[in-house]
Amino acid sequence: MQRSFWQRLSIINTYLWAFRLSVLLVVVWGSLGTFQAGCRSALTICDFKSKYAPNVWLDLLVFGLSQGSVYALIALGYTMVYGILRMINFAHGDVFMAGAYTAFYLAAAFGRSGFLNRSPLISLAAVLALAMITATAIALILERVAYRPLRRAPRLVPLISAIGASFFLEYAFRGFFGSGFQAYPEWQIFTGEWVIAGIGILRTQAVVIVASVLLMAALYTFVMRTKTGTAMRAVSEDLEVASLMGIDVDRVIVITFGIGGAAAGAAGVLYALVFKQVHFFMGFFPGIKAFTAAVLGGIGNIPGAMIGGLFLGIFESVGPILFLEGLRVPGIYPTGIPAPYQLKDVIAFTMLVMVLIFRPSGILGERLATKKA
Amino acid sequence: MRTDRGSWGKVISGGLIFGGAAAFVSLAGMVEALGVREIVIGVIDLGRLLLLLIGLGAGYQAARRGIGGALTALARGLLAGAAAGVGLSALLVLASVVNLRGMFINASPTLLEIISFGRGTAGVPLVIAAGAVAGALGAVATLLPGAVRGPLGAGVTVTIVVGLFQELLQIILQEGGIRSAIRQFIFVPEGLPPRGALGVFLVVLVVSAVWRSRQPVVRGWILKRPPPQQRLVRLLGLLLAVAVALLLPLAGGLFISQVLVLVGLYTLMGLGLNLEVGFAGLLDLGFVAFFAIGAYTVGLLTSTGQYGIAHWSFWAAMPVALVVSLIAGFLFGLPILRIRGDYLAIATLGFGEIIRLLALSEALRPWFGGSQGVLFVPKPIIGGFEFSGPAQIYYITLASSVLIAFVAARLRDSRLGRAWMAMREDEDVAEAMGINLVNVKLLAYGIGGAFAGMGGAIFAVLLGSIFPHSFSLLISINVLALIIVGGMGSLPGVVVGSLFLVGLPELLREFSDFRFLVYGAALIIMMQVKPEGLWPAAMVRRELHKEEPVGVVAEEPAAVERVEA
Repeated sequence: MQRSFWQRLSIINTYLWAFRLSVLLVVVWGSLGTFQAGCRSALTICDFKSKYAPNVWLDLLVFGLSQGSVYALIALGYTMVYGILRMINFAHGDVFMAGAYTAFYLAAAFGRSGFLNRSPLISLAAVLALAMITATAIALILERVAYRPLRRAPRLVPLISAIGASFFLEYAFRGFFGSGFQAYPEWQIFTGEWVIAGIGILRTQAVVIVASVLLMAALYTFVMRTKTGTAMRAVSEDLEVASLMGIDVDRVIVITFGIGGAAAGAAGVLYALVFKQVHFFMGFFPGIKAFTAAVLGGIGNIPGAMIGGLFLGIFESVGPILFLEGLRVPGIYPTGIPAPYQLKDVIAFTMLVMVLIFRPSGILGERLATKKA
Repeated sequence: MRTDRGSWGKVISGGLIFGGAAAFVSLAGMVEALGVREIVIGVIDLGRLLLLLIGLGAGYQAARRGIGGALTALARGLLAGAAAGVGLSALLVLASVVNLRGMFINASPTLLEIISFGRGTAGVPLVIAAGAVAGALGAVATLLPGAVRGPLGAGVTVTIVVGLFQELLQIILQEGGIRSAIRQFIFVPEGLPPRGALGVFLVVLVVSAVWRSRQPVVRGWILKRPPPQQRLVRLLGLLLAVAVALLLPLAGGLFISQVLVLVGLYTLMGLGLNLEVGFAGLLDLGFVAFFAIGAYTVGLLTSTGQYGIAHWSFWAAMPVALVVSLIAGFLFGLPILRIRGDYLAIATLGFGEIIRLLALSEALRPWFGGSQGVLFVPKPIIGGFEFSGPAQIYYITLASSVLIAFVAARLRDSRLGRAWMAMREDEDVAEAMGINLVNVKLLAYGIGGAFAGMGGAIFAVLLGSIFPHSFSLLISINVLALIIVGGMGSLPGVVVGSLFLVGLPELLREFSDFRFLVYGAALIIMMQVKPEGLWPAAMVRRELHKEEPVGVVAEEPAAVERVEA
C-alpha cells in the first residue's frame, strides 16, 4: 500500500529538501538581484538590466570555458581510472602539476634563447610534449609503486596510498624546485585579443579551448575506435570477464594511467598559459575540481567528464557574480555579498556535495549503481 | 645458469633503485639540510647517516632475498651496495657536466661535497667503494643470529636517538646531582662526542642482551601469578606512564610542553576520527571542520576583542563548544547518510573546505573576523591559577585526552560500539540484523565531532587567537594519517600515531620542510607493508594473523576486508 506523502516525509528527507530549496533560493534570488542592480528592490521589475554589459558576461563565459576545458582534460584521467579500478586517484592533480612544472624549465630555456617567439607553435608543441611525457612517466611510476601492489586490498587502502603519493609528489617537487611561484614565460602571439565576429576573445583562452578540444577529440577517437580503446572499455565494463576474453588487464590499466597522465600533463601547460605561473601545490585544487567535474558528468563516462568540466568551469567563473553579487539580504547584505569571487570554490564544492547527495550518477551517467559507489 | 644470472641482474637493478633513492633525497635537499644536525660529533651527521642507511638497506634487501650460503649473501650485498653507489655517482657526474642548479635548487656545491667526500668527480670510486662496504655491512646484518642482531640493533638505534635529541636530553639532564653526572658522562656542550656515543652503545648493548635472555623468565613469572596480581603489575605500568606524562613538561621546559600540547590536541582529534573511521568505517576527510567549530565557538564566546559576544570563561564555553560540535556532527552527517566509500571521503572533504572558505570569506567577516581571525581569547583561570602557557595548558589537554580515551574505550565495548563495527564490516547485513543505520551513523559523526570540538576549544586558548588558515585540509589528512599509522580502530594506536607523526617532526625542526615528503612515503610504504598500523587493535591483529589459535574470531573470512567502507 502506498503511504501518503506526509507519512513518507522523514526528518532526513525534510532536511534534504530544505537543503535543496535553500540552494535554489540563493541561486534564484541572487540572479534576480544581479540582473536588477539598478532597481530599489529585487522584486520590482524595472528594465531588467544588470550593471554588467553583455560583453562582460561573455568574457566570463569564455574564461569559464577555458578553465573548464582544463578541468575536463584532468577529469578524463580520474574518470578512466575510476571506471576501471573503482579507485580515486587522489594524486592525479599532482601529475598535472608535475607536467606543468617540468615543462616550465623547457619553456623558460626557450624564452631565454628567443626560440619561444621565433617559432611559437613549434615551441608550444615541444613544451606540451615534454609535459605530457613527464606526466605520463610519473603516472606510470605511481601506478607501479603505489597502486599495483594494492589492487586486491580493501578499498580504503589504495585511497590512503594515493593520498600519500599526492603528498610525496608535491613535496618532492618542492624539494627539487623550491617553494616559490615561478613565472611561466609568455608567448607573444598569444597575448592580446582575437576579434571574431565583432567579439573580442583573449588569445590564450582561445588557444586553451582549441587545444583541449583537439586533445579530447583525439582521445575520444582512440577510446572508441581502436582495439586498445575497446579493450579499455571492456575492462571498465567487467574486469574479470574481460580478462577471461583474453584481454591483458595489466596492460590496459597501464595504458589507462598513461593516457590519463598525458592528458593531465597537457592540461598543466594550458593551465599555466592562462595563469602564467607554476607552483608545487598548484595541482591540488584543480585536481579536486576535476574530480568534481568527473562526478558531475557521471564518473566512468568519458564524454561526461568533458561536459562536467565545462559545466563546472562556467559555473565557477559566472557563479559568484551571477548568484552572489546580487544576493541582497535585508538588514545584513543590503547591497549583495561582499567580495563574491572569494566564494567561487564554495560554489564548486557545494556543487560537488549536491551532486554526490542527490545524483551520484552524474549528468550523463546511469551505470553507477549504489553497489559501485 | 640463466636464472642465476637473472637473479644477479635483479641484485644490480635493486641496488640501482636504492642509488636512485639516494640521489632523490640528495636533490630534494634532505642530505644537506639534515647535515646540520650532528649525530656524533666529528663522526657522522644526519644527512650522511641517511645516505649510509640507504646503502645498508640496499645490501640488506639483496642479501635477504637470495638463496645460497653466507658468502653468496655477502657478495650480493656488496654488489647491490656498489650499484647504489653507482646510482649516486651518476648524480655527481651529471652535476659536473651540466649546471643542475638552474633547475634543482638543492644541487649546491655543498651537497656535491658531502656526496663526493669533498673530491668532486674524483670521488666517484670512493662513493662506489663506500656503497659496497655499506651494502656488505647490510648483508652481514642478515647473517647474524637473532641473539646478536637484536642487541646490536638496539644499541645502534638508541645511540642514534640520543645523538639526534642531544639538545633536548641535555635540557632534561641539566640540573640535579645524578642527572648532571649522567649528562657530563655522555655529552659535551656541543653534542654527543664519540666517547659518549660508545658509552651509550655499550650500555644499551649489555642491557638489551641481558633483557633478551631474562625476558622469558620474567614473563613466565608474571604469567604464573594469580590474575589479581597480574592486574596489579599492569596497573603499576599504567601508573608509571601517567607519572611520566605528568612530569615531562616540568623536566623538559617550554619547548617540550609545546610539542606535548600539540601531540595532545592531535590525540583528541585522532580519537574522534578513529571513532568515525576506525570503529564505524566512515571515511571523513573534512574532519578539521569540527575542530574549527570547537575553536570558533570558544573564541567567540570568550574573546574580549572585537568579535567576542559573551565574554564567558573558558570553563563555561567549553561544554558549549562540545555541544555545538556535536550538533554540527549531526547536521553534517544527515545529508551524507546514503553516501558510501570513496564518495563519502570526497563529500566530507568538500564540506570541510566549505567551512574553511566560509570562515575565511569577507562575507561572514562581521561575525567570524575573516582572514584576520578572532583575537584576544583569554586563558583559562581556575581559582586564581591561570593556565598561561603551554606548560599549564598541557594538563588540560592531558586530562581531556584521558577522559576522552576512557569514553571512547567504553563506547567501543558498548552496544553502540558493536553496532558501529557491524556497520563497518557490512552496512546491509548490519541493517538486516536490526541496527538502525541512521541513528548509529549520526551518533558516530556527532560524538566524533564533539571530540574534535574539544580539541579545537583547547587550541583556541592555547594560541589566544583563531585564524581560519589553521584549519586547512592538511590537518584532516594529518589526523587520518596518524590513526592509520597508529592502527585503525586502536586507542593506544592514536597516541602512538600522534607521537610519531606530530611529536617527532616537531622535535626535529630541520625536518619540518620534509615532513610531508616523509609522510607521503610513509603512508605508501605502510599500506603495503603494515596496513594494520603500528599498534593495531586486538581484533584486527587477530584477523590478520589467522595462524594463531585465538578461537572463533580468527575463522572469519573477512580478514582483509575489515576496513571496507
